[in-house]
Amino acid sequence: MPDFVLDYRPLWAVLITLVAAGLILVTGRWPNLREAVTGAAALGKFAIVVSMLPAVLSGQVLETVPLNLVSGLTLHLRVDPFGLLFALVASGLWMVTSMYSVGYMRTLGYGHQTGYFASFAVCLSATMGIAFAANLITFVIFYEILTIATYPLVIHMRTPEAISGGRKYLAYTLIAGQFLVVAVIWTHLIAPGAGFQPGGFLAGKASAAVLQVLFFFFIVGTGVKAAIMPLHGWLPTAMVAPTPVSALLHAVAVVKAGAFGVIRVVGYVYGPQLLGDIGLGTVLAWLAGFTIIVASVLALAEGNLKRRLAFSTVGQLSYVVLGGALGHPVALLGGIFHIVAHAFMKITLFFCAGAIYATTHKEKVSEMDGLGRQMPVTMGAFTLGSIGIVGGPLIVGFVSKWHLLVGAAKGGQEVFILVLAASALLTTGYFFPVVYRAYFGQPEEGGRVREAVPFLLIPLGVTALLSVVLGVFSNIGLNFFQLATMAATSIVSGGVGPAGGIQ
Amino acid sequence: MWAQLSTHLQYWFIAILLLLGLYGILNKQNLMKKLMAMNIMQVAVIIFFLTLGQKAGGTPPVLIKGVEGAEAYVNPLPHALMLTAVVVSLSTTGVALALLVRIYRHYGDLEEPDVLRRLGK
Amino acid sequence: MTEHTPALIVLVPLVSALLLPILALVSKVLARGWTLVALLGTHAGSVSTLIYVLANGRWHYYLGGWAPPWGIEYVLDPLGAGMATLVSFLALLVAFYSGPYLKDAAPLKTGSFYALFLLVTAGLLGMVVTGDVFNLFVFLEISALATYGLVAMGGHRATVAAFRYLIVGTIGATFYLLGIGYLYAVTGTLNMADLAERIMPLLNSQAVVVAVALILAGFGIKMALFPLHGWLPDTYAYAPAPVTTFISAVMGKVAIYVLYRVFYFILGGTGPVLPALTVLGWAGAVGILAGSLMAIAQRDFWRMLAYSSIAQMGYIAVGLSLGNMMGITGALLHILNHAVVKGGLFMVAGGVFWRTGIRDIPSFIQMSRRMPMSMAVFVAAALSMIGIPPTVGFFSKWYLVLASIEASAWPFVIVIVVSSLLNAVYFFRIIENSYLRFRTAEEDEVAVGGTELPATMLVPMVVLGVAVFMLGVLSGEVVTNIISFALPWGTQ
Repeated sequence: MPDFVLDYRPLWAVLITLVAAGLILVTGRWPNLREAVTGAAALGKFAIVVSMLPAVLSGQVLETVPLNLVSGLTLHLRVDPFGLLFALVASGLWMVTSMYSVGYMRTLGYGHQTGYFASFAVCLSATMGIAFAANLITFVIFYEILTIATYPLVIHMRTPEAISGGRKYLAYTLIAGQFLVVAVIWTHLIAPGAGFQPGGFLAGKASAAVLQVLFFFFIVGTGVKAAIMPLHGWLPTAMVAPTPVSALLHAVAVVKAGAFGVIRVVGYVYGPQLLGDIGLGTVLAWLAGFTIIVASVLALAEGNLKRRLAFSTVGQLSYVVLGGALGHPVALLGGIFHIVAHAFMKITLFFCAGAIYATTHKEKVSEMDGLGRQMPVTMGAFTLGSIGIVGGPLIVGFVSKWHLLVGAAKGGQEVFILVLAASALLTTGYFFPVVYRAYFGQPEEGGRVREAVPFLLIPLGVTALLSVVLGVFSNIGLNFFQLATMAATSIVSGGVGPAGGIQ
Repeated sequence: MWAQLSTHLQYWFIAILLLLGLYGILNKQNLMKKLMAMNIMQVAVIIFFLTLGQKAGGTPPVLIKGVEGAEAYVNPLPHALMLTAVVVSLSTTGVALALLVRIYRHYGDLEEPDVLRRLGK
Repeated sequence: MTEHTPALIVLVPLVSALLLPILALVSKVLARGWTLVALLGTHAGSVSTLIYVLANGRWHYYLGGWAPPWGIEYVLDPLGAGMATLVSFLALLVAFYSGPYLKDAAPLKTGSFYALFLLVTAGLLGMVVTGDVFNLFVFLEISALATYGLVAMGGHRATVAAFRYLIVGTIGATFYLLGIGYLYAVTGTLNMADLAERIMPLLNSQAVVVAVALILAGFGIKMALFPLHGWLPDTYAYAPAPVTTFISAVMGKVAIYVLYRVFYFILGGTGPVLPALTVLGWAGAVGILAGSLMAIAQRDFWRMLAYSSIAQMGYIAVGLSLGNMMGITGALLHILNHAVVKGGLFMVAGGVFWRTGIRDIPSFIQMSRRMPMSMAVFVAAALSMIGIPPTVGFFSKWYLVLASIEASAWPFVIVIVVSSLLNAVYFFRIIENSYLRFRTAEEDEVAVGGTELPATMLVPMVVLGVAVFMLGVLSGEVVTNIISFALPWGTQ
């Protein structure tokens, strides 16, 4: 049995950014003070999350006292390895993104910055809430808050394009939210309380048909944010948002909240065993495989760099889903670890795209000729990120993909090895031209070095470096690999498992 | 059938009166006639209550020496209630007439289609 | 004094109303002050009664010392006292809010406004505290007559709307009167508790069936249940803003409270009530969709809110019709939610119109710059209408969906879910206009400056805006400590 400990740190982790959002609105008139608040909140949040790491690694589960919200259902926060993993990634990358945001917004002179930073802070609160939710209602509450808090960021540019992107975003996510709410309420009726439990709690609670319909509702609900095809339509349009938003929210917080939700549903509500029994694991796996391939093909056809990255995100997120759907422990580990891996690599890529745009106002792939010589650091980081997404060894993406491959092979689902291989080829196909043009294309205006400002350069350098470090020593620093292992073990063994490898 | 009618005929009249009122409200275009129809409807309900309190051979509920027991008297409660209802009905009519005067002053007309047409402008 | 609180809740506004026209002739400030003090006292009385009945159970008060069933009895249970608290609280806020509206009005008009306003309040409070079905009719007419007068204060269009409302409203009241006539005919009593006892063996008699149908029709009109809602849009759109705010926030709620009281507490929720509840539920469900769709079709902000009210009453009707614990809890929570939210929305609509003369939606461009606080309240209220956590709207929707699934009423689940999305469509249209769209240079010249509202209007709005979140976060407390005692199977 895991060791449950009463602790309010998860609550503070949620609240600190809510308070910060209020302070940001108050200090809006003094930009430096406002940004100082953001920075302090980011550091504070990360510190709180990291401080919980040793306890979780030692097998403890931290819990707050439940707050009664709705009959029988309670607002309940709990830190388990899986949640902590997500929280670490999101809060850690928020620090980097905050720095990047300051540089980006100021370089381009965007307006409405107070609202921007405040919404960002609320989004992070919601993300922490999602990560630490102990039951479905807590999850759905923060999930809906995240939906709304992201809206001001999507429509930040106030252009007609941004407004229609915002509409599309809301249409997709609000409809999905309704599905999720119905699914959660239904689950609550079937299994009162609906608290997440490693290995699932729905087995034997209802007929297979009911569970299948319920699963459909869950997958629509979480799948929109996870951009599973055909529910991905909002993501490329949402790329009209400023790049830091795309970087953190559309590569880490929001879309990962969806993928995180899928894993929570698969691993902690249904459990791989039940999912296999009612025949839905395979369906989900095929859906993920389909998304991986089709999204990669669509990315090939996309000329705008950020939109190409968006389609790449759509495809990569389905790796996480695939990991959950395959059901084999090693695949599960790969999927969960891919949340970390993809976050570091994709945020690097978005940072690079943003740095290119802020410095040269170029956003089309066809305009990138010769950029490698003009912006060596940026393009170097971009190249590293690309190789990582493809799955090149020594970069963090390799670790997760390797485990997915092994998991697919061990689980006897060799066909997904083909999917993964094909995806790697296609990924090379859409990243290679960018890199090739950057290094071998002829720039229009000479090879003058016009590197981005340090506020942009440092964050992207840091994330690129971390991608490599984590690729070599996947458990260094914050023990991501161990956390992922603990999560995967607990799902398979049906308890919060001890630290240790999976064989 | 006849026995039914002899004891329930008044209820049929009340129902007819009520429906007449409703018909008038729905069908008449003149606002004043609508108001009158509304009054007819209210009167129907008032008579309904009074009929409930009535009994054959009953005398008004004022205590008469030598006549003991409730059976001999008409039930006074519906009368008391309807006294209130009449007052309510009267006040409603008063408010309605005041509104009609204002409508007439502004639109010069109480025909509903005309009023509605000008309302849109 | 304290033992007379139930009567004072009604009498204080009633008597104050009679004094007000005279007071206003002396001084407008005095009239306003008097109104606020009277409402504050009423609210304090309601709150203390609520606390008392939650602690000690039902409070029977015999008016004039006459015991029922001969005398009129006021019964305060958690349901009645809770409704009284809600009504008096909103009355207080709206009276506070209406100050700037009447700044330039003649003394007599100010006096009559406050007098009628207090009469409406007294009537509504009387309806929720009385334990006598005929007394309820009288209070119904007191509030209704005063409302007609208040609506007519909105100008010549409002006068026509008021007249039409009067005719329709009187039909509703007459139906109710006829309905209690039938109940009286079979039981010989008008006292609610007495009636509840005596009617049990007679539940399936034809007279009771007719009575149920008439009461449903009567209060269906009063609460603007689809398809009996025809009077509502014009009335809401043309009445003065404080009036619309108040009637949209509480009048329909008190009407549905009466239905709830009669169907569940007097008739026990069985027998002929069951088909009536089915009708109520389906009419509510159709009303939810029709109201939401009509709201989308409107260009006028006020009309949009009016149609949205029809839809929201449908939620409450659906909750009541389900008849299980969750459904009624959801309905009661939604009464609270909608009173707070729609009150806030109409305050914003009224404030914007009062300051800038704008009420059609396309003109809301850049309203967030001109009235940031008001629009912030609007956003909070809109989120609650859509049902986004942590607003209270999410939780009432939660209970309603829960109850519908529990009762296997899948059509209701779909309707509620779809309607949330339709709400999102028409509320985000305004959010987009006021926050995201920019005017062209020439439009900018036409637009008057317009700044934030005065504090007297802003404070009540912000109170409601904050309440949306507070009630959401504390909804568990509200449900366990108040609403669960207001269920027909309450612990007392």
